[in-house]
Formats: sequence, C-alpha cells, structure tokens
Amino acid sequence: MIEAQELTKSFGDNLAVDRLSLKVEEGEVFGFLGPNGAGKTTTIRMLTALIKPTSGRSNVAGYEVGQQDDQIRRNAGILTEAPGLYERLSATRNLEFFAQLYEVEDVKGQVERYLRMLGLWERRHEPAGTFSKGMRQKLVIARALLHEPKVLFLDEPTSGLDPEAAKLVRDFIGGLKREGRTIFMCTHNLAEADHLCDRIGVFNTKLLALDTPSALRRQLYGRSVVFHLAQDGSRFSGVVEKIPFVQEVNYVDNKLVVNVDKPEDQNPILVRALVEAGADIQFVGEVRRSLEDVYLHLVKNEEEKENTLHN
Amino acid sequence: MKKIWVIARKEWAEVFKNRFVLFTVAFLPIILTALPLIILGVTGSSGEMGDVSDEIPSEFVQLCNNLDGSECMQYFLVSQFLLLFMLLPLAIPVTIASYSIVGEKTTHTLEPVLATPIKTIELLAGKALAAVLPAVIATWGGFLIFVVGVLFLSVGPGVVDRIIDPLWLITTFVLGPLLSIASVSVAVMVSSRANDPRVAEQLSMLVMIPLLGLFFGQVMGLIFINETLVLWMALVLVVVDAGLIFFATQLFQRETILTRWK
Repeated sequence: MIEAQELTKSFGDNLAVDRLSLKVEEGEVFGFLGPNGAGKTTTIRMLTALIKPTSGRSNVAGYEVGQQDDQIRRNAGILTEAPGLYERLSATRNLEFFAQLYEVEDVKGQVERYLRMLGLWERRHEPAGTFSKGMRQKLVIARALLHEPKVLFLDEPTSGLDPEAAKLVRDFIGGLKREGRTIFMCTHNLAEADHLCDRIGVFNTKLLALDTPSALRRQLYGRSVVFHLAQDGSRFSGVVEKIPFVQEVNYVDNKLVVNVDKPEDQNPILVRALVEAGADIQFVGEVRRSLEDVYLHLVKNEEEKENTLHN
Repeated sequence: MKKIWVIARKEWAEVFKNRFVLFTVAFLPIILTALPLIILGVTGSSGEMGDVSDEIPSEFVQLCNNLDGSECMQYFLVSQFLLLFMLLPLAIPVTIASYSIVGEKTTHTLEPVLATPIKTIELLAGKALAAVLPAVIATWGGFLIFVVGVLFLSVGPGVVDRIIDPLWLITTFVLGPLLSIASVSVAVMVSSRANDPRVAEQLSMLVMIPLLGLFFGQVMGLIFINETLVLWMALVLVVVDAGLIFFATQLFQRETILTRWK
C-alpha cells in the first residue's frame, strides 16, 4: 500500500532523508520512530505528495507520487504534526469545509457520522477554539477520515494529550487497525508504538532498522528467561551454564536470568535441571526488553558511528 | 470553480467574525461615501456662489463648461474624493487577505488544506476572490449610493452628469477591480513572510503610497486627474497585475508554503 525506493530529500546542503526504502502492506500499522529533526515529517510530506523528493520513487495506494498526486490526496488521510483548526468556525463547519475539498458525496451525513463516532456531536455547533486538546485531536482525526482514505498518515497522534485523551486516541487507532486500515504512524511514544504497530522503522535521516518490535528485540538482545528462586541465584548459575544451549547466565539476588534461543522448547529442560539441583522455583517468565532499549541502542549506535566518521 | 467558492465561503465565514476586519469592510465604505455627500450637503445649502473661476484650478474650470458657479464648485469638491473610490478597493482586500493568509499560518491550517486534492491555483483564487469581491461590491455599492446622494444633494443636474461620465465610471468599474487584484497580490507576498496579521496588513498598506501621492498631488494642484490619466493607469495596472499575480503564484506553491513560510 505504501512503497518507497531510495527516497531522498535535501534542502540545499541539508540532507533530510537519505535513500529511504520501505514497504508497508495493506492493513498494516507501521510505526516510524526517530528523534526530533530526524526527517519523519519530511518523509510523510513526500509520501502524501505535499513536497517533491529530490530523488527516488514512491507510491501510495497504488498511485505514483509525483505523477498521480491528486489521486494520492484522495486516498490518503493525514493528521499533521501541528493539527490546526479554524478556531472561529464550529466543529461542523470545520469538517464540512474539508469534506467539500475532499469531494465527499454526502457531506452532512459523513460529518455527522464521524462527529458521533468521536463523541463530538453534542458540541458540533461550538467554535473549535473552545475545545480542549483532546477534543481538538479527535476533531482532526475525524477530518483525516472523512473521505474514507485507504491509507492514514498520523504524525504524533497523541502528542501533548493527557493520559485519558491519549488512551481514547490510541483505542480509536486500535479500532481503525481492526477495520483493516493501513496506518503509517510517527510517534515518540514507544510504548504506544510497541502496542499498536505491526512493524516499526527506526529512522534518523536514514533507516536504521525495520522489523516487528519482537524481532528487533531478538536481534539486539536475544531472548532471556528469568527464574525467581527461593534461594540465592548464584548457587545455581553454574548448573545452568553447563547446559549446551545456554548462551549467557546472569543473576541478581534470587533472580537467575538465562539467555536462550527458544524458551518454548528449552524452558522445561532448564526447570528440570534447577529442580534436580535443589532450587525452589517461584516464578518463570521471559524478560521483555522495552522498545525504548531497542530504539536508544540503535540511535546511539548510529550517532557513535557518525562521530567516529567525522573524527 | 466549485472549490474556489468553497474556499471563498470559508474565508468569509471565518474572517468576518474578526471585528476589525468587519469594521474595515463595513464602515470604511460608509465613511468614505458619506464624507463627500456631507460636503455636498453643506455647500448646497450655502446659496449661489457666483463666479468661482479664481478659486479653483484653471484646468478644472475648463471641465465645468456650462455649469454655473455653485455646480462647478460642488463638482470640484466632490472630484477630490474620486480617489476615495480607488482607496476602497486597495484597503479592503489588504485587510481581508492579510488576516486570511497569516491567520492560516499561525493556526497551522494551511498544511491540512494542501493535503486535500485542491490545486494550488484554486486555493489562491479562492483566497483572492474572498478578498476582492467584498472590496468590489463595497466600491460599486458605495459609488451607487454616492450617485443617488448627489442626485438629491447637488445644486443642479450638471453635477450628477459629471460624476457618471467616463472618468468616474472607468475609475470605479475598471480601475477599482484592477487595484483590488494588485492589493491582494501584494498581501500574499507580504503574508508569506509575516507572522502577525496586523504586521502583514500594515506592510501591505504600503501599496497605497502611489495613490496617496496622487491625492496630495491633486490637492496641491500638481496633478490633474482626467480620462487620459485614468486610462493610462488602467493600462499600467494590467501589466503590473500580471507581474504581481505571477510572483504571488510562485510564492503560493505547496513546497514553498510548507518549507519557507515560517
């Protein structure tokens, strides 16, 4: 549904996006993560035909960017980083305006549908400037969906929202995912990306990694199982180290952390070995590295490489 | 065309909720139309003036032809306000366009609009129409009220005949719209750099300097506005407008707006 090949954008001497290549399948929620100034918004602008790439190709919903821009705009909805509203106009008037620009057939019907869906119907006649941040965000989400786009581009959808409003928006995005919409989402909220995204791309001018969150964790950290014991973990680390498939063993107090490839197959062997050695096992679980660990690892690595190159 | 009207209607719905813009569009024509009529009323009640040829410029006396002294004086006085019907089509679009364009910048609404299938020229045309049409209606409406007012307040029919001659008609119905187009184009260019609508408006008002020069030149007797001058002004404005529209269109491209309009 979204494809980019060697997409590049320079503003004068400033290289904002460096040969980005990726593919997002239909129905997928794709997370695009990166630090401030990484080029995420520039990427979205290129994919939605708002700005022209310096080189490279891309297509969205089957339409070629740069040649079928109008078709792309008809089939893509965008929630911009700074989602502005016409503050003096009512919620209804704001949406009606955009529905007309998007050539929606049943303007009033579609506006009513989304205002009701997002819980804004009761305040439809009030100026958008009187809305809270959460309500404004819901209104701009409605605006992005009015023309039933095949692809949604969301740039920081929960940025600046309180926890309740952020949860509402996340739940709504989850609902769109269940409907099978293709979503390309930029976010700084890594927990949100971990929860919602099928795959993520970590980006800082160029693509640093692209895969599912679990695969990225495995690639960087492998898989780890933690055993909570009644006794001190140090007593049993030697027992586990001798097992051939064990990659690494660490212990902290009564916790034993063992790195393995396939916990599903190898856990029973580890449990048997520990029990036979006299360990009283209280809990067994897989250590879940946070997406934040993955992201920081990748971004820091890239920064160190860049610094080494410059030095 | 449909989207141009969608843009224009949205502009009117939004911009006219701003009291300052509403005041400029509503009261400026009223004041500039009422002023010459008040002068007419006052001079009309002052009685027969006799020979006024020593009190007004000789070029103007020639225009008076078969008008008597009072009619000639009245015609001379209201002629000074001819330039007001050029001021309206300059001032109103500047106010509307500045608030419209800079307003979109400060509220970050341009990008979502550019993300729709609207063509950039449709967006620019819609904003220009939203600024020009009220100015043209206000100017033409003000002129019609002025003509009716002169009909009732002038000392003789000769004054009315003079103000519906080609000079006034070309000024109001040809120069007026051309001035509006120039005004909007300047406002677009200034607004691309300004971040406050009042600053944009004040800078764009510099477009009135040539007109003010004309006004003071006329008051001091250095310039005499006649049909020839007005026709030349119209021709020059056609060329100037074409150039301004070209530059304004270049500045109103999607990529330029998103990357250079800060």
